[in-house]
Amino acid sequence: MTPSLHPIPMIEVTHLGKSFGDNRVLRDVSLAVAKGEVIALIGPSGSGKSTLLRCLNLLTVPDEGTVRVGEQSLTFTGAATRLPKDAVLSGFRARTGMVFQHFNLFPHMTVLGNVMEGPVTVMKQPKAQAAEKARALLAKVGLLDKADAWPDQLSGGQKQRVAIARALAMEPQVMLFDEVTSALDPELVGEVLRVIKALAEEGMTMLLVTHEMSFAREVAHQVAFMRDGVIVECGPARQVIDAPAQAATRAFLARFHEGRLTST
Amino acid sequence: MYHWDFEFLWGFRKLLFIGLGYTAAYTVICTVLGLAIGLAVAMGRLSQPIWLRAPLRAYVEVFRCTPVLVQLVWFYYALPVLTGIQISAALAAILALSLYGSSFYSEIIRGGIISIEPGQTEAARALGMRRFQMMRRVVLPQAFRRMVPPLLNQSILQLKNTSLLSVLALPDLLYQGQSIAHETYRPLETYTVVALAYFLVLLPATIWVKRAETRLSGTAHA
Repeated sequence: MTPSLHPIPMIEVTHLGKSFGDNRVLRDVSLAVAKGEVIALIGPSGSGKSTLLRCLNLLTVPDEGTVRVGEQSLTFTGAATRLPKDAVLSGFRARTGMVFQHFNLFPHMTVLGNVMEGPVTVMKQPKAQAAEKARALLAKVGLLDKADAWPDQLSGGQKQRVAIARALAMEPQVMLFDEVTSALDPELVGEVLRVIKALAEEGMTMLLVTHEMSFAREVAHQVAFMRDGVIVECGPARQVIDAPAQAATRAFLARFHEGRLTST
Repeated sequence: MYHWDFEFLWGFRKLLFIGLGYTAAYTVICTVLGLAIGLAVAMGRLSQPIWLRAPLRAYVEVFRCTPVLVQLVWFYYALPVLTGIQISAALAAILALSLYGSSFYSEIIRGGIISIEPGQTEAARALGMRRFQMMRRVVLPQAFRRMVPPLLNQSILQLKNTSLLSVLALPDLLYQGQSIAHETYRPLETYTVVALAYFLVLLPATIWVKRAETRLSGTAHA
């Protein structure tokens, strides 16, 4: 399944750079994601893949380069750029949905309250309307019966599905997933991946940082392998995972498969 | 052996209740003002600009690291000399106790806010919340639960500190006790009853704080 090719990509990152102190986490990274396309970012820890993802909704502010999501674009030019204003940042983030490794549900709100929070507080939707939509989204992730539960009464897999519903409630143009199954018990990974796969089939534009190679191979259209802050190789998912062109990708995948075999 | 006799105090009950009234009034005023100033100081110290953070930090340290009795006396005797404005004992007392309290309150509030996991603020920002929305909807409701027990404890200390107001001849509970003792030459009974009065007010308060603590430390939504 390849997405219909739009002339203008939904997400475009050009010449992105980011350092934390002396540590250059991203070096001149460029990436384009077409509308409806799913790209998986893989690579060893510390390779910069999570930072790249966080730069897309400006939870991490890049030092240099341009980030464009939909029609909104921000350019950073090193130390001279002033941090964008709070209103600009929040407006930008409202159009991108983000799901985190550790769920980060709001513990003082019910499941329904969590999903309603963005529409009510940020989009100023009437509560009744937001609640109706929240219920529909909870039904979609299979958790309508948990609407009145509190986050600490849920399993990890259920929490992550609520977190996905919470992000979807903002009707984002793109969804970003940051190692969303890494904190889950193995038997709970499947239920979360099923939800993500269903989103992919609906044509949601998505970027996911993942260690689930078989899932990436199956669901993502493209896989980008990162190491030391650069995209080493980017191409069709099956090609990159089954027959990587670069030695570094091969080495990573070989070690990855070994780890898989010894751990199971 | 000293012969204890509390009966004469019955004739002074009105005076003791007036004293208790002043103690309660000063506690409420200085707690409310202290909390308000403390909240403002905490917010200022959590903000970005260093020109705001640095003096507020100095403020907190000055008031935390000097005895409240010294502050009280300083505000009453030294401040008027510095400013040329004579202030009443009541105003000096309210100033000193409120500012002293605010330095502790601000640290409790600041601590409560920074104890909220970064993941919570990240999730709020990822939804597109503005900074004040994030504070109001996500950070403060959670921080508040953690702040309540220490804030209540600090307010109990505020009440006890009002006993120092008697040095400025303000008619609080201890001051009334002193005047009764002088008049009747029976300090032992008088101060025993004064101590008992503080105890009877504060014991239920501490039990209440303890309860609030256990209730709030349970699940986040209880």
